[in-house]
Amino acid sequence: MTAARQPVKFYQVGSFAVGNRLLEPAERTVQAGPDRRNSLNSGHRACQGCGEALGARYALDAAMRATAGRLVAVNATGCLEVFSTPYPETSWQIAWLHSLFGNAPAVAAGVAAALRVKGRGDVRVIGQAGDGGTVDIGFGCLSGMFERNDDVLFICYDNEAYMNTGVQRSSATPPAARTATTEAVGPQPGNPFGQGKDLPRLAMAHEIPYVATATVADLHDLEAKVERAMAVHGSRYLHILVPCPLGWEAAPCDTILLARLAAETGLFPVFEAEHGEVVAVSKIRRQRPVEDYLVRQGRFKHLFDETGAPARPDVIGRLQAMADRSIARYGLVDDEPGA
Amino acid sequence: MLHQIEGSKAVAETVALCRPEVVCAYPISPQTHIIEGVGAIVKSGRLAPCEFINVESEFAALSVAIGASAAGARSYTATASQGLLFMMEAVYNAGGLGLPIVMTLANRAVGAPINIWNDHSDAMSARDAGWVQLFAETNQEAADLHIQAFALAEELSVPVMVCMDGFILTHAVERVDLPTQAEVDRFLPPYEPRQVLDPDDPVSIGAMVGPEAFEEVRFLAHARQLQALARIPEIAADFAAAFGRSSGGLLHTYRTEDADTVVVALGSVLGTIKDLVDSLRDEGLRVGVLGITAFRPFPAAAVRAALGGATHLVTVEKAFSVGFGGVLSTDIAMAVTGLPVTVSTVVAGLGGRPITASSLRPVFVAAAQGRPERLTFLDLDRGVVDRELARMARDRRSGPTAENVLRDVGVVAANGF
Repeated sequence: MTAARQPVKFYQVGSFAVGNRLLEPAERTVQAGPDRRNSLNSGHRACQGCGEALGARYALDAAMRATAGRLVAVNATGCLEVFSTPYPETSWQIAWLHSLFGNAPAVAAGVAAALRVKGRGDVRVIGQAGDGGTVDIGFGCLSGMFERNDDVLFICYDNEAYMNTGVQRSSATPPAARTATTEAVGPQPGNPFGQGKDLPRLAMAHEIPYVATATVADLHDLEAKVERAMAVHGSRYLHILVPCPLGWEAAPCDTILLARLAAETGLFPVFEAEHGEVVAVSKIRRQRPVEDYLVRQGRFKHLFDETGAPARPDVIGRLQAMADRSIARYGLVDDEPGA
Repeated sequence: MLHQIEGSKAVAETVALCRPEVVCAYPISPQTHIIEGVGAIVKSGRLAPCEFINVESEFAALSVAIGASAAGARSYTATASQGLLFMMEAVYNAGGLGLPIVMTLANRAVGAPINIWNDHSDAMSARDAGWVQLFAETNQEAADLHIQAFALAEELSVPVMVCMDGFILTHAVERVDLPTQAEVDRFLPPYEPRQVLDPDDPVSIGAMVGPEAFEEVRFLAHARQLQALARIPEIAADFAAAFGRSSGGLLHTYRTEDADTVVVALGSVLGTIKDLVDSLRDEGLRVGVLGITAFRPFPAAAVRAALGGATHLVTVEKAFSVGFGGVLSTDIAMAVTGLPVTVSTVVAGLGGRPITASSLRPVFVAAAQGRPERLTFLDLDRGVVDRELARMARDRRSGPTAENVLRDVGVVAANGF
């Protein structure tokens, strides 16, 4: 799977991505520039192709733009915390606090309360965590934060397992995925079906002002959602799919491709909701079968033979059914021809 | 001004006089009346600006306080027992980060078996978390210690836990002299944080530290505690000068001059012990009392200095280290290393069992007469214990211990089994 030497590409094929040069300046999503905040600065220790580093950089810089730099971030324990702050170095060029693994939403709520009482309501607060710190160990505090409608944007960088500790299963791990605690052995290899948590929907059930999902394949969409989130007050939740080359056993150069395929298969629906109701979805322009997504990841290799042909069509079929259900639930594919 | 007031209410009023800016609350007996009291004051608008946040767990309560304190707000919470254990990861975190949070601990036993009544097992479980731990003997001292706690915490950037006996103090109505707002404002300056989350001067707080610096960072937490050791008596002296009464400090002595036996204890049981010592003195036994107010940092030098020529020390402890014995005793024994002194331990009052003078008397008399027991479990019903031990030896499936013991001691509701 790993491409030791990949051909240099000067343009993208197989996607509907539009080059920046074809867009008005305001519509562009740029990597670097003199005005870029670089909230998460270069020099950190994330792996090559890390989706979380990419997602965090764009999310935080967008939030800094939206708040004119009046921002505090609270981080849960995890990859993002570890690779950004090996003492005495820090990649954060913003006010940043790490307390514990499971309490980032509560700590962020405390920061927001302090800023309010200090008359500094112009300073906004972001809490951030990986999927473990959000859907598992941090869920109690997150639900409490949602329920109180604390003025915090909480961002989950979802790479679908505990990558920092060596790729163990979380309740965001998809069915059939191999992790170190759901090995690809036995009659039902990988993570079991019928488990797991859909956190964006749980967030919506709290009827908070804003819930959205995004992927690192569409950074412009991600930035727009952060901006929208910072334009409102109360609890807001942004769930970003961030592929992990290490944990997904995928090529580092495939991070964006995998994020795009997750959306285009329907496995990861991209949408926005306000006060518990879906208000917008990112339509799938060309639906892809789940095999296209699965076959590029070593965590699913037990579903395929050496030639890449399906070895477990039963399991792949169940994953396809999940994608189809999600497409139907959110109306991700338009029926009209040519749409 | 003098009030006839419940201990929890006195603490709530005093905490409010300290002008906390963020208060987070999760209810647990016997702490509830404290947070109810503070909550009512905040809701009335009397304490403004202040955010009172009802959270979903003790872990969240202290975590909200951590965030608020790191953002520069004076932060307060209260808990007890299981609540302290549930927030323990955050307790260590606040200690390690050096955030000057003040927390009341309404001391209560820790289960299993579940028990809501008073002992000191909860406080002892947090002994090494990097918090200053102050024990109140009376409700007056409990109230006063909170004012001193905020001053100490914020000066040194160290969290402070004010321990007061659950129910015995929290729910007791007695006379408490509450200061005025102006008096507290003169004593307690506004919180000036040493580290703060500020977009105008961004810092990273809570970085990962490896073996190359972890010991130094931890030692600095120890150094702050040693500074507290020096500042606690000074702050108590300042308090006495400002408010006209003595509260706090490292320790209190009572009739220790010329004593050959000194009883050491924490908290409200000191009242019972002092009464008993008065009567033993009347009988010609040279017994004194040493009340420890500052359990962490532990005032080892002050303990040595306070003992005078005593040769027998008896600690009365509402907690113990299962499989060994006294916790306070261990510290006392270390403090008197090299002195010709015996240290004996009385474990008493577990799960709220009353500690009576009549039960303590023979233990103190034996020590005063040079026959100290190393470890005594006060009023232990050995027959009940032996019955359960025999049952366990006889039957593999002997059943749940707590339920067996309740049946054996004849608790009425247990008879139906």
